[in-house]
Amino acid sequence: MVEVRVENVRKTYGRVEALRGVSLNFRSGALTAILGPSGCGKTTLLRSIAGFIEVDAGRILFDAEEVTGLPPQRRGTAMVFQNYALWPHMTVFENVAYGLRLQKVPAAEIRRRVLKVLELVEIGSLADVESRKPSALSGGQQQRVALARALVVEPKVLLMDEPLSNLDAKVRQRLRVELRRLQKQVGITAIYVTHDQEEALALADTVVLMDQGMIVQVGTPQEIYLKPTTAFAAEFLGVSNQLEGEVTDGKLVVAGQSIPYTGPVRGKVTVIFRASDVQMEEPSAPPRGGTVALTGVLEESLFLGAHYRHYIRLADGMVMADSPDLRRPGPIRLVLPADKVQVYGEQET
Amino acid sequence: MAGTVLAAVIIFGPLSSLVIWSFAEKWYWPHLFPQQVGLFYWSKVLQGDMLRALQSGFLIAVVVTVLTLLITVPLAYLLARTPIPFKPVILMIFLLPQAFPQLPVFVNSTTLLYRINQGGKFWGVVLIHMVGALVFAVWTMTAVFKSVPESLEEAAINLGASRLKSFFSVALPLATPGIIASTLLVFLYSLDEFTGTLLVGSPFILTLPVYMYRTSVGYELQVASISALMLMVPGIVLLILLERYMKSEYLSMFGRI
Repeated sequence: MVEVRVENVRKTYGRVEALRGVSLNFRSGALTAILGPSGCGKTTLLRSIAGFIEVDAGRILFDAEEVTGLPPQRRGTAMVFQNYALWPHMTVFENVAYGLRLQKVPAAEIRRRVLKVLELVEIGSLADVESRKPSALSGGQQQRVALARALVVEPKVLLMDEPLSNLDAKVRQRLRVELRRLQKQVGITAIYVTHDQEEALALADTVVLMDQGMIVQVGTPQEIYLKPTTAFAAEFLGVSNQLEGEVTDGKLVVAGQSIPYTGPVRGKVTVIFRASDVQMEEPSAPPRGGTVALTGVLEESLFLGAHYRHYIRLADGMVMADSPDLRRPGPIRLVLPADKVQVYGEQET
Repeated sequence: MAGTVLAAVIIFGPLSSLVIWSFAEKWYWPHLFPQQVGLFYWSKVLQGDMLRALQSGFLIAVVVTVLTLLITVPLAYLLARTPIPFKPVILMIFLLPQAFPQLPVFVNSTTLLYRINQGGKFWGVVLIHMVGALVFAVWTMTAVFKSVPESLEEAAINLGASRLKSFFSVALPLATPGIIASTLLVFLYSLDEFTGTLLVGSPFILTLPVYMYRTSVGYELQVASISALMLMVPGIVLLILLERYMKSEYLSMFGRI
C-alpha cells in the first residue's frame, strides 16, 4: 500500500493552465475520487500520476520515492481506461497475462494468477477466456477484464479514468458496488476520476473536488455533500438553487425579500439551497422558528417518478423544490431550515 | 437488373475485344469476327520479350514495395503518434510531386537521374516509382495508425512495455490489415506505372506497360492485347484481396491526419 503525494504540480498547455499548483495526499489503501466538470484538470492530474504527462513544476511521490521524472513504464501504476482499451487481437487471457509476460513470470504462475484475478473480478465462466476475444463480451464484462489486467500485476496504485461512464445505467450501478468491494478486498490505493457526483460520493473514501485546474475542496463524501465550502461546490453537488443577494445590518435581502442572517459574510452574496431541502406551505400558515421563508408563485410541477419537481417564480428568477405531493399552481411559501441555506461572499464564487 | 447488364456491357465489352484480338490470327474489315483464330500470338509472346518485361516489372514492383514499406511504416507511425514539428509541411512535401502535371515532373527527374548516372537503369526506375508510391503509402498508413486508438498503446506502456514493445505487440498487429491494403496499392501502382518508366527506363528497362505501349505503337494489336490482359491479372487478384483488408475506418481517418 502506497501513499501518493502530489506537491504543487503545474501543467500548462499553450495558454491553458490545466493544473495550477495542485497539492494533495492520496491516503494509502483508500479510494480517492477526483470529481469535477470536464476541463477542470482531473484527467490531467491522473495522467500526470501515471506518467503520461510530464508536469511543468512540482513533485509527485509514491511514499518516499519521487517519481516525477520516471517514465510511465517504471512507475508501477496500473490504469483502467474509459474505453476499456483492451487489445482486440488478443484473447481475454492474453490481455490479462500481458503485464506478467513483460515481467517474465513463469508460464505456470501466469496461468494461476490470471485465472485467480479473473475469478476475483467475477468474469463469470472461466472456461473460454483462452479462446474468446474481448469483443465477444459485453461492455461491463470488458471493463471487468480491463480491471483484471490492471490488478494482476499488483500495482502500487490503481488509476481509473471514468471507467464506468461508457456503460449503461444499470450495469454502472452494479459495477460501482463491485468496484468498491474489490478495492477494499485488495486494499490497494486507488484514484478514481469522474464527473459524476453521485458516483464519486458512492464510491470514495475521500472526494477531491476540482475546478479550473485547482482543488476546491477535499473531504469525506458526507462533508463534501453537506458542508460545501464554496458556491461552486454547492452548485456542483446536487440539484441546487442559486440566488443573488446582499447582506446589510444582519439582514439578508434576496429576491426582494428580507430574511434574518447572523453569518460572517457581508456585501453581495450568493445564496444556495438544495431543491430537496425546500418545504412548501400555504402563505397563510403561521411562521415557524429556525426556518427561513420566501414567498413566490408556483408555476409548474413535473413528475419525475420518485417525486415532483416544482418550479417557483421569485422576484428575480426561478427556483426548484422537490416534494412527493402534487400542488396547485399559485402563491406559495418556501420554508427552509436555516442551516440548509448556504451563503457565500462574492470572491468565493 | 437492366442496370447490372448495362454495367457489365460497359465493363466487359471493351475487354472482350481484347480477348478476341489476342486469339485473332487473321481479322480484316468488314468481318465482324476474325477469319482465323489460334494461339500463334500467345505462343510468340510467351517465348519472347514479354516474359522479360513481366519479370523485370515484377522485380521492380517488389523492390519498390519493400523499400516503401521500410520507409513509410516507421514514418507513418511517428506522424500518427508524436507531435513532431512541421507535420503538415512533411505531409505536403510528399504530396508535392502529385500537385504538378506528371510529365514535366518526370522529364525533369529524368535529366536529374541521367546526371547521377541512373538513367536507363534499374534503380533509376525504382526511384521514380517511389516518388508516387511514397505519397500513397505515407498518407494511407498514417491514417491506418491513427485508427488504432492511442489508449491501447498507453495501456501496454502503463503495464511496463517499452515504446518499441508496444509498437510491435499492439500497434503493428492492429495496423496489419491496413498495411497490407496499402502495400497492395503500392505494388499495383509500381506494376502499372508507365510515364516515369518510359522516360527514365527506356530503352534498357522494360516493364509490361512500356512493352504494351511499344507493341501497340507498332500495330501488333494481338501482342498489345495479350500484354494488356496479362497486366490486368495481378490487378484483379490483388484488388480482390484488398477488398478483404480495407476497412472503412481507414478512409474515415484520412482527413484527420
